[in-house]
Amino acid sequence: MRQNFAGSNNSGKFTKKLKKILLYIVLLAGVLATLFPFFYMIVLATRGRSEIFNYPPPLWFGDSLEDNYQTLMASLPFYKNILNSLIVSTSATLLTLFFCALGGYGFAKYEFKGKDKLFFLMLATMMIPMLLGVIPWYIMMTKFGWLNSFKPLIIPGAANAFGIFLMTQFMEDIPDELMEAARIDGAGEFEMFYKIVLPLSLPGLGTLAILTFLGSWNNYLQALLVLETEAKFTIPVALSMLRGKVDQNWGAQMVGTAMGIAPIIGVFILASKQFIAGITEGSMKG
Amino acid sequence: MRLKKKHAPYVFISPFFILFFIFGAFPILFSLYLSFFRWDGMTAMRFAGLGNYRFVLTDPWFWQSIYNTLSIAIMTTIPQHVFAIGFAFILHRGMVKFKEFFRTAYFLPYITAPVAVAMIFTTLFGSPFGILNAALSGLLSLPLIGDLLQLLNISYPIRWLGDPNFIRPSVAALLTWRFTGWNIIIYYAGLQKIPKGLYEAASIDGASTRQTFFKITLPLLRPIMFFAMLMSIIGNMQIFDEPIILLGVMGGTNRAGLTTAMYLYQTAFGWTEFGTGSAIAYILCFFIVTASIIFNKYFRREI
Repeated sequence: MRQNFAGSNNSGKFTKKLKKILLYIVLLAGVLATLFPFFYMIVLATRGRSEIFNYPPPLWFGDSLEDNYQTLMASLPFYKNILNSLIVSTSATLLTLFFCALGGYGFAKYEFKGKDKLFFLMLATMMIPMLLGVIPWYIMMTKFGWLNSFKPLIIPGAANAFGIFLMTQFMEDIPDELMEAARIDGAGEFEMFYKIVLPLSLPGLGTLAILTFLGSWNNYLQALLVLETEAKFTIPVALSMLRGKVDQNWGAQMVGTAMGIAPIIGVFILASKQFIAGITEGSMKG
Repeated sequence: MRLKKKHAPYVFISPFFILFFIFGAFPILFSLYLSFFRWDGMTAMRFAGLGNYRFVLTDPWFWQSIYNTLSIAIMTTIPQHVFAIGFAFILHRGMVKFKEFFRTAYFLPYITAPVAVAMIFTTLFGSPFGILNAALSGLLSLPLIGDLLQLLNISYPIRWLGDPNFIRPSVAALLTWRFTGWNIIIYYAGLQKIPKGLYEAASIDGASTRQTFFKITLPLLRPIMFFAMLMSIIGNMQIFDEPIILLGVMGGTNRAGLTTAMYLYQTAFGWTEFGTGSAIAYILCFFIVTASIIFNKYFRREI
């Protein structure tokens, strides 16, 4: 009797352990499926044409990285393209932070006539599909003389509804007393913004910075429409043009792809916790 | 000059309204206006009445693009959310270690540029020498699985991006790979908000994992599911970057992967028919709104 009891207890533990192992297998299968394309990108980046178009396809690293890199460099000013992406994404992020924080400050810390209506109007604009106005948007860029410049990728989105909404949410938690005290001390309205509110909104600004930088770095359609010369291409446009230049050279394409996504992945791995927290916070609040 | 408290908030929020008016509202209204004209951007505009709408709504290529878009959206939205809810539930309830590592890994595809993802998947989908085809040929040579695949009429090599029957599933597979991790993170955050006490009470009452999942987790996750799936539907109906890189501007063999966003792009910027393109934009927007309304009604009632 006693032994039986012990036995059933053991088997219970055993199935529990088995279940847990099964869970890990499922989770690891997910990781494998997620990471394999990245691994394979690196494999092909190190392989020559004849090795890639052969049976069986390569599964491990080869020694053609140098050749592929040279092909890439001969096809496009790729470092210039990375620099362009950095310039566009950084300027877009800085401008967005400033204008969205300012707008969030206005909505979160002031009472004024029409506030609720204006806030609702702003939220409603988030629902509009971007494709709806893309044709006149392009025509406008032509009329402004903004083609082949970075302005269309930086300025139109600088004060966006999502960013202002996010900052409003963060700034509502800042106590009004801080501002009242500063006002009595003779601080101006804008002075309070950068002396009190901005430093207290750093977590929110971090979230918005991450989201803006990511969106800007990966933006394809708008960049494709306005950027015309290789020296102006950002990474997504440069990659898509690389296809036409070295159609059959997947090795060179994968070197470019790896270099194009490395900065974002690097930042992500360094700060994945803040990254994910920021993005969930952003989407949950949005 | 000092900014008065009375005026300050209007000054602070004005950049948004100014920029939105110039780069948002104006193009949208102008697009509506344009949709009643024929214009190539250079010669004079010619009034066309409802001509553009009539043309688009009787254009078989447009309807094909709607069919492609919807079928890709459905083929990717369902697996994305099924996988995501499953994985989020395991991470949340499974008492597993290395949660941080798993979440980070699953999230990588989402932060990777769509263009880069499509470039990588072009190589995976290669035919006949791609890695997926190599795996397929390996499977076909296995005794049992091979016979099964042959019964299903699957033969090596599959032209993933060349065979019209495989183009849409291939695009959907890429999108599933890209967005499942994003949804895992969303659902995981949603699960964190379910009070621990509910699970404890359920386990005291002797509820099994399956019962816990269907009676507690799913119902309480509903608002998040609604939000996440609506985002998927709206996003997937505008899909552009991935198919255009995988398949080219006309969507590959028999235009099997031509999405409506790509057709809009080609009409406006390839054929410089700005008016017709604007009509496509408005009709697509109508479809997106309709899909959202149907989803809203269906989801509120059924689940």
